Parts: sequence; structure tokens; C-alpha cells
Amino acid sequence: MAKLNVNIGDLTLKNPVMTASGTFGYGIEFSDFIDLSRLGGIIVKGTTLHPREGNDYPRMAETASGMLNCVGLQNKGVDYFCENIYPEIKKIGTNMIVNVSGSTPEDYAACAARIAALPEIPAIELNISCPNVKNGGMAFGVTCEGAASVVKAVREVYPQTMIVKLSPNVTNIADIARAVEAEGADSVSLINTLMGMSIDIERRCSRLSIGTGGLSGPAVKPIALRMVWQVANAVNIPVVGLGGIMNATDALEFLMAGATAIEIGTANFIDPTVTVQVIEGMEAWLDRHGVSDVNDIIGTLRT
Amino acid sequence: MKKYVSDLHVAGVEYPREGYVLLRLTDASRKLPEMQPGQFAEVRVDGFPGTFLRRPISINYVDRRNNELWLLIHVVGDGTRTLATLRTGDRLNCVFPLGRGFSLPKEDGKKLLLVGGGVGTAPLLYYGEQLRRTGCEPVFLLGGRTQSDLMQLDLFGQLGTVHITTEDSSAGETGFVTNHSVWRESTFDAVATCGPKPMMKAVALMARERHIPCEASLENMMACGVGACLCCVEKTREGNLCVCKEGPVFNTDLLNWNE
Repeated sequence: MAKLNVNIGDLTLKNPVMTASGTFGYGIEFSDFIDLSRLGGIIVKGTTLHPREGNDYPRMAETASGMLNCVGLQNKGVDYFCENIYPEIKKIGTNMIVNVSGSTPEDYAACAARIAALPEIPAIELNISCPNVKNGGMAFGVTCEGAASVVKAVREVYPQTMIVKLSPNVTNIADIARAVEAEGADSVSLINTLMGMSIDIERRCSRLSIGTGGLSGPAVKPIALRMVWQVANAVNIPVVGLGGIMNATDALEFLMAGATAIEIGTANFIDPTVTVQVIEGMEAWLDRHGVSDVNDIIGTLRT
Repeated sequence: MKKYVSDLHVAGVEYPREGYVLLRLTDASRKLPEMQPGQFAEVRVDGFPGTFLRRPISINYVDRRNNELWLLIHVVGDGTRTLATLRTGDRLNCVFPLGRGFSLPKEDGKKLLLVGGGVGTAPLLYYGEQLRRTGCEPVFLLGGRTQSDLMQLDLFGQLGTVHITTEDSSAGETGFVTNHSVWRESTFDAVATCGPKPMMKAVALMARERHIPCEASLENMMACGVGACLCCVEKTREGNLCVCKEGPVFNTDLLNWNE
């Protein structure tokens, strides 16, 4: 059996397969379908300093090989998370990582500081790339200065592993990655959703309440893969790849492009057992090719 | 209630009227799990890039004797059109049972009015059967534009009294379900409704005027089906709640329908 564990900063994952924020709840929603402790990590839904109601319905539209969403970071706030959800999830037996979002660098830092006090949360993923909120979110992720300002503020209060989730809605994602690396990020994850739109021609209006939304699913995979490859070649910190991964083949493509770990998002809606199938498929591929350690295929694209 | 993801087999297909298909699904290897009336299944539709997500379909009936789960499907788009092409023996991957269903009264002897419109009548069949099983009396009030809109009337009739309204006078009383004389002539301990939202809102209002509890089954567009993505939310007195997890059945007092 091939060795599957990988490292993201100080964080060790038992395998490279994590779940993407906003697609897997707090994990427990999927506990009837799979043994959650088999996962490399679970990234729980976007958490903010104060509760957020999110955007109005409709928040979702199905598109060719994908979907748009404009949920808008609905969550009950970091205090509720610490008091009510953390006690329920801390013993799941995998890395529980909290996705942190905010409207100002100070918001992000205050939220991250609360998470830092939770001994069973070994890492955070900073969301500077949500396309569905008016203030903050993607606004920070589309400029090097904005991205750096958030990472800098959080780095001062958060000593553990910090993964920064990048937006693909930029001219040069490698520049943003370099900017957050320079401020001390331990890792970058990419891509968040691509901003998109869908129109109901009978009603002559957008299918989403705020007009636009974030595109995810296999439709975005080639773009995500290209960006992971570009960023992996631009930074020295580990890259977490995501965007349209539906199976082990997709996951292995991301590893070969340079991702140390991957996240599975929208695919959880199609098959709630997909994460475990990806782990098993990855293991089978490594065994079949006589590769004894998954780290030996990361960033090994032949040219 | 434990959720499952399984390949069910199509044991039979019926076409109750044009534009509708009834799939009778079975699990050849084991007994179907416990299911509440009003719960639903997320059905996988493969083969077309445009039907990427699962389709949520309410549970029409659970036939325990034949180990069958029935889904009554209104063909409205590419996904349901593909489901309508299934044949006996085909496999269908389902995640089920999902959501919170209709309440079963804690005491027997209760009389409930179950109000359905269009394909919204589907979950009321299993609800009626479960009410009968627990010693309650379901009374059905089913509405359609025309007589042929009303399906499974023989099955409803085996479970309780069936009242009908049609807009074109082709069957039962003329008009909408809210105009039916049963509202004036009988009293009920509770009301349950499923169908078009304007109909459910009107039914909820009538229940409120009579000071009886009312539950309604919503069908907001959803993705995950398990409360993970927060796409299918409905505004309630407790904030945005997921129709897939906290619903699809809600007590109508919780909904912000009169604002």
C-alpha cells in the first residue's frame, strides 16, 4: 500500500483528500454515508465574526457540467461555532479546518483569533475570494495589496497553519499567490468559484437573486488545473488544488500539476461518497504504478 | 433517521397521465429503510451535462409488502424527461430518505385534512397511509384544473374520504381547493398541504383562521439535499432555513408568508 500522507505547513494530512468549504457542511451532514475519519481533512463552511443571513433565494442555478451559487456566506458567526458546533465536530478524527471570511482585515483577524483558541482546529483557510458578498470577500483577493493586508493582519494573531484561498477572477493568480506567501501564508488553495451568470429568458431575468454567482463543478476543472500549475511554479509553499474534481483521475491531475493536496466540493452533491472513492482510486493508481509514496507524484508533470 | 445512497431497481413504470411518470423502485438486496411521509429522495440523472445535479423527488408511497418506494414525477425539464425514459429493470441511484416530513399526531383518533394540488398530491398518499396506520383519519382535498389532473384517486379512496375541486367543473366542486364546502361542513385537528405555493399560502391562511395547525411541503431548488450547501433556503421566523434539511415540511406559522 502506497504512503498517502502529505504535509501542509505543520499540518499532516493522512491523505491528500479534503472537502471544500460550503459543500460539506460541518462534516456531520455526511456521516451516514462515509466514515469521516478516513478523510485527509474537512474544511467547514465559511465562518465570519458576526452572524450572516446570506443572500436571498434563489441562490443556485444548474449549468452545463456545473452550478452557480450565490449563498453569500450564511453562517451563525464564530461565537456560535465555538460554543455549539466545535464540541460536536472536534472528535471526528480528521483535521477540522475552519474557513474564515470577513469584511475588513480586522474582522478576519478577530475571527481567526477565536479559532486559534480551539485546540482541535489545527488550521484555517482564509477566504479572500468569495464572489457573492458586497464587502470584503473577493474584493481582497483580486489585488496583491488587498490579499497581503488580510494575510498580514491574520498572521499577527494566528500562529497555526494558514491556508489562503485564492480567487480565479484575477488577471494573474501567481502574483496574488506570491503576495500572500510574502506575508507568511503557509499554503494557498485554489480555485474558488469563477464569477458567472445564468438567465431565464422567459422571465428575462437572472436565475440568481443577486444577478451573478460563483461557477463550480467539472466545467471549471481545466481552468483550475492550469491555475494550480501556474501557482505551483510560482511559490515555494504547498498548493491545495480544487475546482471540479469528480474522481481519482481528476485528483491525480491536480497532484501532477503541483498540488500537495486537493479539495472536493460540488462533487459531494452528486455522490456523497465521492471523497472515499477518490482516496481509494488514488491508492489503487499508486499501487498499480509501483509508486510507494504519493509525494513522489506531486508536481512531476513531464514536459 | 439514517440516510442511504443506493442503486435501486425499477420494479415497474406507470404513466398515470401525459407528462407524468410513476417509478416503482425496489432494493433487491435488503428491506427499504424507514421513511417519513413528506421526506424525499435525491435522484441521480446521468448522461447529460445539463442535468448535472440530482433531482429531489418526494416520496409518493412506500409499499412495504412489495418492498417498493414510489416516486411520482412531473416531467418538466431535461432531468425529469430522462427519468421518464426508465424501464423496468433499470437502476436508479438514490440518496434517501431526506429531510423532515409531515408530523404524525401523538394520539390516535385525530382527523386531518390533506390538501393537494397537481403533482403536490404525491406525498399525501403515503402520509394518508401512515395516518391510517396510527389510527388517525385522513380526509383528502385534491384540486386540479381539470379531472385528468387528478391522479391515484382509487388509492386515495382506499385510505379515506376524497373531496375534489376542478376549475373547469369536470369533477367534484367547481373552483379552487379553498372554496370547497368541506371547509364549512367539517372540523379538523390539523391541515397538511402540498402543491403550488399560492395554493399552500391560501390553505395556511384558512387553517390559521380556524386556529388549527398547518404543515406545508416546499420545493425550493436545491443542490446537496442534506443541509450542506445552503442553496434552498426559505425565509422563516428563525432566519433562513434549508428546505432540504429543516424541511421540506414546515409548520406554516414558522414561514414569513403573510409579510
